[in-house]
Parts: sequence; structure tokens; C-alpha cells
Amino acid sequence: MSGKGRLDKDRLRVVLYEGPGAAPLADEARFETLVALLEDGHQVTRPAAGTAVAAADDSQHLVLGRFDDASAVNDAGFQSFDISDLDPAGVLEGVKARVSDVGADQPGGWKPWFPVIDYDRCTNCMQCLTFCLFDVYGVDGQQQIDVQHEDKCKTDCPACSRVCPEAAIMFPKYKKGPINGDVVREEDLQNESMKVDISALLGGDIYSALRTRQSEARQRFSTERDESKALLERKRCLAKLKKNLDIPDEVLMTLPSVGDIQDRARRAREKAERRQDRSQTMKDRRPTEDDWGI
Amino acid sequence: MSNDTRILYCHCVYAKVIPDETRRAVLAELSASGVAFDAVADLCEMSARKDPALKRLAGSGAVRIAACFPRAVQWLFHAADAPLPETGVDVFNMRDEAPADVVAGLSEGRTSEARS
Repeated sequence: MSGKGRLDKDRLRVVLYEGPGAAPLADEARFETLVALLEDGHQVTRPAAGTAVAAADDSQHLVLGRFDDASAVNDAGFQSFDISDLDPAGVLEGVKARVSDVGADQPGGWKPWFPVIDYDRCTNCMQCLTFCLFDVYGVDGQQQIDVQHEDKCKTDCPACSRVCPEAAIMFPKYKKGPINGDVVREEDLQNESMKVDISALLGGDIYSALRTRQSEARQRFSTERDESKALLERKRCLAKLKKNLDIPDEVLMTLPSVGDIQDRARRAREKAERRQDRSQTMKDRRPTEDDWGI
Repeated sequence: MSNDTRILYCHCVYAKVIPDETRRAVLAELSASGVAFDAVADLCEMSARKDPALKRLAGSGAVRIAACFPRAVQWLFHAADAPLPETGVDVFNMRDEAPADVVAGLSEGRTSEARS
């Protein structure tokens, strides 16, 4: 996975086929085969029992079945894979080998943790963009906040959803609502553990408290010449914040300053303006041969 | 189960937020039912990859989805440039709903009165 709008390679579409030319699977074998494939990250299409297979789209299809005659499947242009003598683990191994053979993308390797914006609630205030430490957010051509680099998001960190004043940012794999996508209730917006004022988090109480405590701890423990105690104190301080907000230590440790935040907001605004200017320039000037690919 | 409505089942494989017994019960019923369905390992991952399969699903008419919270599912599709139609979509939340209710919903659909 390498960012919005890009598939590194096509995924192979696995079809579990029980139509003409293939014997039906036993219920348990079909179920366990499905589980094995899904647990490994594959997508599986199951056509209605007894029906012929047809292409769902222009992706590559691998058709699994207990074939006595695979000609109908092969003649339709699909790659068939006879699973008659295989248990679910054997089917999975065979599928993985064929995925590799055709150079398709192997699933897995990334926990899909990233923000999902509820545009019915979002007011485009850009607090998430200015807060995010990892450049996950950007703005689109209409100056609308947008998630542009899902794979840069810090796994298990819901910090940006905490600073959203409208509870418009979801992490579907988060444990609690409304961040997990559950209905947003009025009390959620009032709940301090849900809604953290960005100025308090970055320029006010928490941030300065953290810095102050770090500084105090450093002075105190440097006298004692015991760095491990300083580290313990820092961990205690972070643990409290982590418990309250579910924000990972490493994110808290790298919270940007207010100046950083303002600078980041200015850069994002300038980038959006440059994009808009370029777009307007393209509209205003006469098209050249280059524009038409001649 | 109806044959004219597409069914999408999400296994949510990269996080354990859906109870395993719910996933297995729903998938077992689907598997034994004989209806056509698409089972995906993780809807979030597909959304992040902007998998074209989501566009095909969103554009194919009525669809019943067994996954997680409807608000999350709606905007995951939107994020993949595959917005779900405003009508004909039923989302069943395997995080909260009983497996039997999800299976019944996939089979019969959700009445408009019950839709949240």
C-alpha cells in the first residue's frame, strides 16, 4: 500500500466455484476454505450454487473448484485450480503460489489503520491537517480536507479524532464510539475524553505540563545523576495522558509546538492556493499541441 | 436468501473488533445458503487501496453488507471513490448485532422502520 488512489499491483480475484463441470463442496470444507483464504487476506467471490462463472470485472480471476471438467472455466478465459484432493491449508498454499506466479499483489503486511472522514459532519476547519504529525491529511482541488496518505498514519493512534470539534473523524477499528463509527451523540461532543481542544493539547495545559514536568524531572534527576529515574518520571507522565486519550507514547513525545502547527497550516494553505492557481492558468491559456499529446 | 441483491461480507481480519463467533456464524450461514456473495478480508484495507471492486459493488444496485457501523461503512466506500447509493443499501453491524439478526437481515433485508 503506498498512498491514496494507487494499487501497487492488481489483486487476484479468487472464485469458489461449484457450477457446471465442478462437484459441490461439503458445507464444512467450503466454510473452512473460505476462512483460510480470508484469514490470509484474500477476497473470495462465491457465485450462486450451480451457476456458471462470469467475469465480475477486468481483474484476474482464479477459479477454484472440484473439477471433473474445467473446460468451461478455461474456455471463458479464467485460470482454474482443481482443489479436489486438497484440504483448506493446501488450497491456501496453492492460491498463494498462483498469486506469486502471475505477479499479483500478495495481501497482508499492513494493519489498515487510518482516519475516515464523515463529510456530513466535517466543517473543513483543518484542525486535523494542522495537528497530524504524519502528513496523512491534505486538501483536494476544491480545498476540501482529504485523507491522502493512509499508510503514513500511526497505527492505533486516534489523536486527530480527539481534536476534531465535530467528531467527524472515525477510525473504524477503534474500540469505542463514536470514533469507531458509532452514532455521534450530543454527550460525545461534550465528553472531555473525546473532544480535546487543540490549543490545550498543543499549546496549553497538556503540552506545557508535559514539558514542564520533563524539565523539572531533568533538573531534579541530573542532580541525583540518575537518568533512569528521569525516564521513569517521564513514562509516568505519559502513561497518564495515554490512559486518558489512547494516544501512543511516541506521538505524545513528538507533539509539535504551536509555531510548528501554524507553519504547517500556512504551508497547506499555500499549497492549495498554488494548485488552484495552476488549475486556473491551464483554463485561461490556449491549448498547445503538447496538451493534446500530439 | 434473495438472488437479486448483492451481498458483501467483511471478515475484518486485521483487527479483532468483531466477535469471532459472530464472524464464523454469519459466514457459515452464507456459505451454506447457496446464494452468491463476495467475502472480503478487510473492507478498510480495500478502501485504502481504492479497490475497484468497491466501485462495482456500489454501482450494482441493491446491496446488503455485513460489516461494522453503518456510518463507518458509508464513508469507507466514499473514501474509495465508490459512494454507496442512498437507497437499496442495508448495513448490518457485526460488532453489535447478534449473528442471527445479521443473517436474517442479509436474507430478508432491513425494513425501513428498523433502519437507523
